[in-house]
Amino acid sequence: MHEWSLAQAVVKAATDFANKNGFKKRIKVSVLLGELQQIDKEIFTHALEEITKELKDWHITYEIKEEKAKLKCRTCGFEWNLSETKKRLSEKQAEFIHFIPDIAHSYMQCPNCKSVDFEIKKGRGLSIASVEEI
Amino acid sequence: MLGIDARFSVIEDRLKGVKRIIAVSACKGGVGKSVISCSLALKLAERGYKVGLLDLDFFSPSDHMILGIKPAFPQEEKGLLPPTIYGIKFMSIIYFIEDKPAPLRGIDVSNAIIELLAITIWKELDFLIIDMPPGIGDATLEIIRAIKRLEFLLVSTQSKLAWESVERMIKMLKQQSIPVIGIIENMKQKDSDFIKRNAKDLGIRYLGAIKFDPGLEDSLSSVEKISKTEFAKWLEEIIPKLLQQEKFK
Repeated sequence: MHEWSLAQAVVKAATDFANKNGFKKRIKVSVLLGELQQIDKEIFTHALEEITKELKDWHITYEIKEEKAKLKCRTCGFEWNLSETKKRLSEKQAEFIHFIPDIAHSYMQCPNCKSVDFEIKKGRGLSIASVEEI
Repeated sequence: MLGIDARFSVIEDRLKGVKRIIAVSACKGGVGKSVISCSLALKLAERGYKVGLLDLDFFSPSDHMILGIKPAFPQEEKGLLPPTIYGIKFMSIIYFIEDKPAPLRGIDVSNAIIELLAITIWKELDFLIIDMPPGIGDATLEIIRAIKRLEFLLVSTQSKLAWESVERMIKMLKQQSIPVIGIIENMKQKDSDFIKRNAKDLGIRYLGAIKFDPGLEDSLSSVEKISKTEFAKWLEEIIPKLLQQEKFK
């Protein structure tokens, strides 16, 4: 159900942005879903639609893209994809990372040198790529 | 790419039902900030207020230990509902890291704090007590950026070293016109008006002293035992001053 709180955040941020920039209430919002946060796209899309229905006068279309996570070790410089370390996570640990992606540092290590000091270069979580008037 | 961080847009919404947000802050570790945060939350709840306690000291979260609870994961309801413990709604990073370390760099701490603020549903509260990270680094700055209605409650021992760091924090808060409720002098061991005098010179309200209580350590992890300590009695005397809305900017 975390998808609902994320969807609320997107709708609020996008409409605030549109209001601030003097847009009419017809907008297209492009959203990036970072792999690390493991957002269920179907539930998230449904939540966006339901929340948008409750807004008066707004017509919002959504474009949702997924972004693969890329991690880089700060100690040895090794880069890796999430799929290489994700399989070692328990269901509970994956759930914790779903809520707070940065907690990945408590549960993941560099596959090359075992350092816990790594950078989440791409695909951390949710972000709004663009809001356009249509 | 626009890169709007949607999380900031909901934080104010999540906190709109909270009347006062008190950031309990100290610049040095070990001055008793977490014990004061927990005890203050408990005392306010005893007085019938609706209270939340948020442990944002990510590197050494300890409020759950002070309260003597085994963390149970918050209930989900389009966000996370903090469990109610001893009449307090309690949220902490501990729910997510359990017994693991959290080796986070500044950017990761900032992100985790914003995420936690964005997903936690407090509903109606009279007070939200935040156990702040020590110092004025990334974590503290991020909390100041994210929460617009913060009031700071500062904690210092009578050590000149502790005071010097607190003094820097006061100056930073004043520069940004962030309200400071006052300062508590904790673990006082000898008669001295050093903290009181210096607080007055900076225009900061001196709320009172809590003497060093050798019995406090053995009381930790038991709310009942903490409530019977000398520490708790001294804190009780300070609370009426905290409840006054007078703020120094």
